[in-house]
Amino acid sequence: MAIVAQKSKGLTDKETHYCPGCTHGIIHKLVAEVLEELDVLGETIGVAPVGCSVLAYDYFNCDMHEASHGRAPAVATGIKRVMPDKVVFTYQGDGDLASIGTAEIVHVAHRGEKITTIFVNNAIYGMTGGQMAPTTLIGQRATTAPLGRTVEHSGMPLRVSEMLATITGAVFVERVSVDTPANIRKAKKAIKEAFQCQLEGKGFSIVEVLSTCPTNWGMTPIDSLKWLQDNLIPYYPLGNFRKPGEVK
Amino acid sequence: MAKGKVTFNEDICKGCGLCTTNCPVKIVKMDTSKINIKGFHPAAVFEMDKCIGCGNCAIMCPDSVITVERF
Repeated sequence: MAIVAQKSKGLTDKETHYCPGCTHGIIHKLVAEVLEELDVLGETIGVAPVGCSVLAYDYFNCDMHEASHGRAPAVATGIKRVMPDKVVFTYQGDGDLASIGTAEIVHVAHRGEKITTIFVNNAIYGMTGGQMAPTTLIGQRATTAPLGRTVEHSGMPLRVSEMLATITGAVFVERVSVDTPANIRKAKKAIKEAFQCQLEGKGFSIVEVLSTCPTNWGMTPIDSLKWLQDNLIPYYPLGNFRKPGEVK
Repeated sequence: MAKGKVTFNEDICKGCGLCTTNCPVKIVKMDTSKINIKGFHPAAVFEMDKCIGCGNCAIMCPDSVITVERF
């Protein structure tokens, strides 16, 4: 009898505070499984953001550090430069990375820091109660856009992966989704490649993961996955934007 | 003849139902006859002999509730 799936050793026994059906849990599991498979759990230092995943330090079974809002890449830079032999990753949401932390993520890529970022994009601010994020889609309702986001008022949603792919120091940029088992397997593969880039010292790597927020989208967990497929994926196309071989 | 065995850590299940969406043999369902310690209807498998041990339910579970074994 072989075990096909079980709780990863990269996660602690603490139960997460995430809402039912929140895909943060799936993404935590993928990162934990990758760290376990690469056998680097004991060498890893993660940096938790501000947002729903602010308590991620309680859930990952590796050393963790908390950063102020949006500054996880700056904190990770410090950790990696002092301890270059450690594996350092940041885990950030879209309110954290694409809004208040835009400067930090752009410059960490620009400097080519040898860290990995897991960017969870669910197109809304979750923890604070569903406000509009830079990644909120046109027409999508949020507490700060009750009639839906408009281009005139807020511009077009920000495509972070495409933007970072224009920066030479970002050697691995990929967008994945966690809506189906097939896409979850692809997401895990991308996260593994991103960590391998770091282990080989190639430069900055980022994986953007399209995620759901059933509570603030006002849908059931199952309907949110459908909404993600119908709305988020067409605007945020999945795929790889940059691989180490392409860097000149 | 069952090819797989699924076990649920019922008390940490949040009843989201994501595990029920991708079962190829459609045997994972929410057990509405039960309420767990968190106050949710936990997920369960009702016809274990049909299980093929693919692990899709465990892959979809955000709370790592499910362990899947294959014979």
